[in-house]
Amino acid sequence: MNREREHPISVHDVTVSYDGTAVLSGIGFCVKQGEIFVVMGGSGSGKSTLMKAMVGLLQPARGRVLYGGTSFWEADPDVRRRILRRIGVLYQRGALWSSMTLAENVALPLEEFTGLRPGEIRDLVSFKLSLVGLSGFENSYPSEISGGMMKRAALARAMALDPEILFFDEPSAGLDPVSARLLDELILELRENLHTTIVVITHDLESIFSIADTSIFLDSADRTMIAWGNPRVLLEQSEDPRVRRFLTRGRLSGAPEG
Amino acid sequence: MEENTVCMKKQMMDTENKPVMPGSASLSRLGADTLLVRLAGSWRMGISLPGAKDVLVRAGDISGIRRAVFDSSEIVSWDSSLATFLAAFFRECERRHIQAEPEGLPSGVQRLLQLAAAFGRRMDAKRPEPGGSFFALAGERSIDFSRSFLDLLEFIGSATLSLARLARGRARFRLSELVHVLQQSGPNALPIIFLISALVGVILAFVGAVQLKMFEAQVYIADVVGIAMAREMGPMMTAIIMMGRTGASFAAHLGTMETNEEIDAFRTWGIDPMEFLVLPRMVALVVMMPLLTIYADLIGILGGALVGVGMFDLSLPQYLDQTRAALTLTQFGIGLSKSIVFGMIIAISGCFYGMRCGRSASAVGEATTRSVVAGIVFIVVADGVFAVITNALWI
Repeated sequence: MNREREHPISVHDVTVSYDGTAVLSGIGFCVKQGEIFVVMGGSGSGKSTLMKAMVGLLQPARGRVLYGGTSFWEADPDVRRRILRRIGVLYQRGALWSSMTLAENVALPLEEFTGLRPGEIRDLVSFKLSLVGLSGFENSYPSEISGGMMKRAALARAMALDPEILFFDEPSAGLDPVSARLLDELILELRENLHTTIVVITHDLESIFSIADTSIFLDSADRTMIAWGNPRVLLEQSEDPRVRRFLTRGRLSGAPEG
Repeated sequence: MEENTVCMKKQMMDTENKPVMPGSASLSRLGADTLLVRLAGSWRMGISLPGAKDVLVRAGDISGIRRAVFDSSEIVSWDSSLATFLAAFFRECERRHIQAEPEGLPSGVQRLLQLAAAFGRRMDAKRPEPGGSFFALAGERSIDFSRSFLDLLEFIGSATLSLARLARGRARFRLSELVHVLQQSGPNALPIIFLISALVGVILAFVGAVQLKMFEAQVYIADVVGIAMAREMGPMMTAIIMMGRTGASFAAHLGTMETNEEIDAFRTWGIDPMEFLVLPRMVALVVMMPLLTIYADLIGILGGALVGVGMFDLSLPQYLDQTRAALTLTQFGIGLSKSIVFGMIIAISGCFYGMRCGRSASAVGEATTRSVVAGIVFIVVADGVFAVITNALWI
């Protein structure tokens, strides 16, 4: 129990089902403080479903998700809200609120959850936007900027409250290779400078090898996790052909995934 | 050695107008238990080709055959029609317990067949075949219906709870959102409501006038139009316009937000989308609907006056006096209470279908259509309930 308290996130034997059919089962792992933890697996392996169960969008049919020792789904709504405020989520398509400008998007959580004055909020918002290279775009609407910029703006929003844990759902999806690598670098910098614990859901091999400290591999046929460890170590030591096939696919064909 | 050939009689011409030998498969026995399949000609789509089953059937007696080998040296050209033929041929062989050995086939075809076999048929592929018996279908529909009815009840419940939180001053939403929705659903709707209400007033006046003229009682046109507008047509027409206009836009907006994961983004901040998105829309419509209804009533009465004054020799003061005498506050009150209920129905139906919209591109359109159809049905049903209640209360 003490060990659990040390970990920002630990997941115990989680089963998630849709309409009574289990789409994921027997998931258990823990994420250490300041670590970049990658959930990898092919399409349809349940990566995003697992994230939903972790960020409070989908209640698992069984098992527990603990944040710093507190079980999320068994906690009171107030406790849950407090936990959620310590988490930032970057969605696959950014999920910026389309009827608000970028500045309003970043400002909303600050207005909702802090007692800051409007001037302070304005300064914080421009600082967060400049961190992701978007100063000057405060008054643009999400529809007016590119996909890569949208993701960066969404990252600024996810970081609005200086979260202890950041979730990234397929950060490189829909981005050109250069923007995708830039985002990877940004993730590394965040960990380096803010000591944020980061969970990344991805199937992008290049991202996996460049950012992951620890990873788990979800298999779409078995609907469970079949490997847990550093991806480089898994590449060298895993004896499971499915894991090896996934981790070497890009290299064997000679074409990096993007 | 007995030989049995299936050949295409028709000669085909290719694009360069040279005669093309269509693909053919001939079967011959090679020893006691082996069948030799000789493939020749052009195996291309668009050329009529033999079927796998036909080839085997026409081969006649193949009892005792355990192996099939191939000779493809006379194939001129091939595309996936050859692979399709062979895949079917292999299946037929398997059924007859014949071991088909693909070694004699072109290597590309062998690889294609391996590829197709590698994936196999996913047994967990979703969605069973549509159809089934009438009763199964009726059962599924009923289960779907009862499930969405329960969802609706849950939605109404949590909407009521957030209204209660608002009343206690504990609900939180952005004022700017409320102002935006008020603007959208109020002032911006005035022109279309003007047009429809004026026309409804004119129509009511005409319908009434034709009957009343028989008794030389044209002055009562004012009564007909006034009462019908204030009690029924004003709230009803406003509600139907607003359902098509504002309710549909709620459904489309929230549906797009759901598709875009924007609503999830609220949830993961611990912000209740019910309070943040649905509540301002309900409040806006509950405020705006009575105002728009009063506006519609007035415009409808003026429309009636246009007919009464212009065509049935009434003076404007006479018409307005008659209207004032006919209309009681109760009539207006009934119309206004209806409009508040209709406002709730529009907001709930628009938001409900928007929020449970799926994640596909077509889902938003479906959600919008459903919300409008359901909204209009509920509005008419609610109007019927009002008619029964007011009748029972003698008002």
